[in-house]
Amino acid sequence: MSNTLLHAEYPVEAEDYTCAGEASADIKRKLKQLGVSANVLRRVAVASYEVELNLVIHSDGGVLSLEVTPDRVRLISKDRGPGIPDLDLAMREGWSTASETARSLGFGAGMGLPNMKRNADEFDIKSKVGEGTTIQMGFLLT
Amino acid sequence: MTIKELIPLIEAKELTKEADLNKEVLCGYTCDLLSWVMGHGQEGMAWVTVQTHMNVIAVALLSDMACVIMPEGIEMEKESLDKADAEGMCVLQSPLSSYEICGRMHEKGVPAE
Repeated sequence: MSNTLLHAEYPVEAEDYTCAGEASADIKRKLKQLGVSANVLRRVAVASYEVELNLVIHSDGGVLSLEVTPDRVRLISKDRGPGIPDLDLAMREGWSTASETARSLGFGAGMGLPNMKRNADEFDIKSKVGEGTTIQMGFLLT
Repeated sequence: MTIKELIPLIEAKELTKEADLNKEVLCGYTCDLLSWVMGHGQEGMAWVTVQTHMNVIAVALLSDMACVIMPEGIEMEKESLDKADAEGMCVLQSPLSSYEICGRMHEKGVPAE
């Protein structure tokens, strides 16, 4: 089962707007070095930035993981809470529960989750209030 | 149009020092909602925004944009400019409004996308 070409984990802290985007920049850099095509690279970059920002804006902190196998790039975001009460509503474009701080920085357009789903080839979100949210995205390389 | 040609068109000055001004500007955009821009950002884009914080540079870099333009003489924070310089992203400052900047770019053939 060891066909993993690359694995990296990035802890992301809640409300750390200064470092926001650093994990995504590193992911993009690593994938570029691996020779991933420009199209996949761009889609992964958008999705990883959105999921990283979601961890900063909405979660109590979590970890963003990158895994690359010969056939796909996988991004997994796992947070420590608080969980999403209504996933259908959260997936709706324009719906956002972002804080005033987040909005003043230009976030909270309610585009995060829809942007992720649009850019990934595979998208799965599971959430439990009081426990946390896990988002898995796959980007096909073949 | 290159960034070098864009500068006089919008009466801009360059706030960064390390960017390649021969980079081609392929399209133009203006918006201040960062997650909206993430959904629409494209390679070679000249993006006009009044936002000045570090995440602007992150978004521009992730979308492989050509440059970020501050309208109406808005100053960008030093931390953001340092990050832009470290990563080779160009930041311009223009005395014109976002509307005027986009109008001039469009008139000279820079498309919306």
